[in-house]
Amino acid sequence: MAAGFKTAEPLEYHRSFLKENCRPDGRELSEFRTTTLNIGSISTADGSALVKVGNTTIICGIKAELANPTVEAPGKGYIVPNVDLPPLCSSRFRPGPPGEQAQAASQFIADVIESSEVIQTEDLCIDRGKLCWVLYCDMMCLDYDGNVLDACIVALLAALKNTQLPEITINKETCSPELNLEKRHGLHIHKHPVATSFCIFDDSILIVDPTSEEESLATAELTVVTDEEDRLCSLHKPGGSSLTGEKLQECINRATVRQREIHKLIDKVIYSVKTAQ
Amino acid sequence: MQLSTIPPRSYVISKSPSAAKQMTSSTLDRLLFLHGGGVMEVCGSSSVTLREFGCEQSLLSRPDGSASFIQGDTSVLAGVYGPAEVKVSKEIYDRATLEVLIQPKVGLPSVRERSQEQCVRETCEASLLLSLHPRSSLTLILQVLHDDGSLLSCFLNAACMALMDAGLPMSCLFCGVTCAIDTDGQIITDPTAAQEKESRALMTFAIDSTERRVLMSSTKGSFSVHELQQCIAVSQKASEKIFQFYRDSVRRRYSKTL
Repeated sequence: MAAGFKTAEPLEYHRSFLKENCRPDGRELSEFRTTTLNIGSISTADGSALVKVGNTTIICGIKAELANPTVEAPGKGYIVPNVDLPPLCSSRFRPGPPGEQAQAASQFIADVIESSEVIQTEDLCIDRGKLCWVLYCDMMCLDYDGNVLDACIVALLAALKNTQLPEITINKETCSPELNLEKRHGLHIHKHPVATSFCIFDDSILIVDPTSEEESLATAELTVVTDEEDRLCSLHKPGGSSLTGEKLQECINRATVRQREIHKLIDKVIYSVKTAQ
Repeated sequence: MQLSTIPPRSYVISKSPSAAKQMTSSTLDRLLFLHGGGVMEVCGSSSVTLREFGCEQSLLSRPDGSASFIQGDTSVLAGVYGPAEVKVSKEIYDRATLEVLIQPKVGLPSVRERSQEQCVRETCEASLLLSLHPRSSLTLILQVLHDDGSLLSCFLNAACMALMDAGLPMSCLFCGVTCAIDTDGQIITDPTAAQEKESRALMTFAIDSTERRVLMSSTKGSFSVHELQQCIAVSQKASEKIFQFYRDSVRRRYSKTL
């Protein structure tokens, strides 16, 4: 009976739960799904992480390559994030060039990297005007069950913290760079931005960490990115129903709590990886 | 003000409303009215200054609705087609499909345009009564004519004017306001490209006309919660001016035809 109700009237089905201040999967309105983090899962990448938020699975691999800095910014390297939503992860995505959602997500990640200064691009410079690192951060969705932005940011942050760049020396005689793959050092992470996504149901009810079903039924989506100093790095609300100031404050408060949780989680996993070695 | 993008004949620039009245009454079904935004106005604790802005509606013959919106030197041309037949793959059974296309001044649309398209589309979807036209398509095309900062807010304003011109049913109007926070912590509304570059944080909000709430928000740079609240308050104040301009311009337009 419940299954039939859910298929025939999905919106009514969700409303009947929200009326009781809970959700179909048993969560409260401001409760996240279980977040699982695995660091260093890809051995061929310079840094990697796998994140699961409920069923949503994102794997992030970071590949560092040598490049020439741009003429406009000779003392800076660059970071190229890319979000891939392949047909494997959900039936809503078709094969072919990236769709609007994937492109918008990539742009969002790029904006967060720039706004939060998680890595200062000056740190990626090796030889001013001649040589720099370029970090290709590829985030691939393996299972799409809503809230990919949050999972992408966690995966990116964990992968960046895991990244080990080989030491590089420039040979004076040949003027060519020489890599020392044995000696590696980590990146300097300046900030820890964490995203928290919300959905607005029926223009009034706020729920955190929406599943894909909730996303498709919601009237608006909102993503807040905060760092450890409680500064906002992004307030991304692409449209949808409007929001009052109080509700916005509620979202920001929830986001700061989430930032602490994720920061702690990443530190814990990195510590456990270190002790295992 | 740089006027190279549109034939100068169609321009009316006025600092005083009386002059605008004379000029607009001479243009027949076209409407153009520039708001004297250069004047500093002190409202409460913070001052809200917008660059001169203006709009022209129904300037294209083929689209069902069109408008060009100018904010200082930033200028956007918008065209709306629809409600029209929809591609089967994009059909939604209970409402119209809205498609937004942003064309940059040079080159092909890139990832940045895609993300702006998403913002404009979802804002329009929130204000349009799409369920009145099920299984049909609406297309909104935004062409950048010149970019001198606050481009996203100019897109939103041009989009709203074009939707109004097309006569599509809407639950509310919306407008876009961009705020920049400079290195001294000062809030600049409607910044130019140079001011945007120097700023520490940049925020664009879409404000609805009924309750002055935030429909859309897109930010760059880091800022505190207090700064965010200040920027929202400033944008809401600035939106009053833009909505008043919408009202005046539509009133002028229809006072001639009725």
